[in-house]
Amino acid sequence: MKCTVCRGPAVIDIRRHNAYFCPEHFLRLCRDQVAKAIADFAMFELGDRVLVAVSGGKDSLAVWDILVELGYNADGFIIGLGIGDYSAASTQHARAYAAARDLTLLEVDLPTRYGYDIPAGAKAARRTPCSACGLSKRHLFDKAAIDGDYDVVVTGHNLDDEAAVLLGNVLHWHTEYLGRQSPVLPARAGFPKKVKPLVRLGEREMAAYCVLRGIDYIVEECPMADGNRHLHYKDALNAIEARSPGAKFDFYHRYLMNVAAAFRVDEADDVLGSCERCGASCSNEICAFCRLVERATTPQPVALGPRRRRGPHATHDRSIVEEHSP
Amino acid sequence: MKILLRNPRREVEFDGPLQVDVILRRLAIDRETVLVIIDGTLVPGDALVGADAVVEVRPVISGGTG
Repeated sequence: MKCTVCRGPAVIDIRRHNAYFCPEHFLRLCRDQVAKAIADFAMFELGDRVLVAVSGGKDSLAVWDILVELGYNADGFIIGLGIGDYSAASTQHARAYAAARDLTLLEVDLPTRYGYDIPAGAKAARRTPCSACGLSKRHLFDKAAIDGDYDVVVTGHNLDDEAAVLLGNVLHWHTEYLGRQSPVLPARAGFPKKVKPLVRLGEREMAAYCVLRGIDYIVEECPMADGNRHLHYKDALNAIEARSPGAKFDFYHRYLMNVAAAFRVDEADDVLGSCERCGASCSNEICAFCRLVERATTPQPVALGPRRRRGPHATHDRSIVEEHSP
Repeated sequence: MKILLRNPRREVEFDGPLQVDVILRRLAIDRETVLVIIDGTLVPGDALVGADAVVEVRPVISGGTG
């Protein structure tokens, strides 16, 4: 295979572009696509203080790297989620990346700072691990951006992530979520502006970017993500993409271009109160994050009473057997 | 050649040389969902992999949304 741009040896093909790229021109393509997304959606400008939500995975480290390469003033922020060895390894990858490039990485450790980890928090709050994780991340990224006076929070959501979320929202006609699905969420009272500069790049491209840039990211999948419904949506979209290259890009970007406005809700004028405990903007007396912390750190009462036996020898089952015996 | 797979980690061996696309077909892996890496370098689908090579097939699909 030869690079479509320079005819040198290619290392990767991108089927939706029907093109092959050498390392130099692939890296340029990635930077150009991010620059185009930032400009097209008015995400931020040179000189703005940017906070990148970092996980130690390919997408967040790649977007941080690209922003720094493009000349933006970008710091990283990582949350220690307490998901066993996985979280420790993720944090190490992020620290190593930042240290090697002399970049600022802010850190918060959930177990140390708030007294819970994601597995225990999810169980106590009766949420899925991904739900408890997402809620914790959103709250702490918002808080870090506001406390640190950053202009914008950047997340590493890529084209595959956004197309999968869109498919899920369309399949179930979650119109409220459709209205909020955008590469840019404007700042509003108590919430920072949030943007997704990778919406023009797929996750294979982000992994390739990291390999070609020598970025050592965590390759292992989060152990709590097993069964995540977005993986099923990605499988479905990848099956369509295999037959119809470019379908995923068109599905998402033509939605943004032609349909999204019909679902958009103006949240700028929403009147929100403040959480009694942490002061974050919210619509209840206590915000969802503080409720999660409370449930995760408060011993739960144990119901006492006669022990029930389960299985074929349980008292109830035996009585039924006896009743119907000849 | 030795093929290193992830999630879960495992190894398989094939006799070589083989083209990358052939390796992926034998493993029933959609090449759009992985990168093929030899000695830290990306390898395209039409590359011929030698009999003694160590090949990493790295998945790129992540469950999180970010």
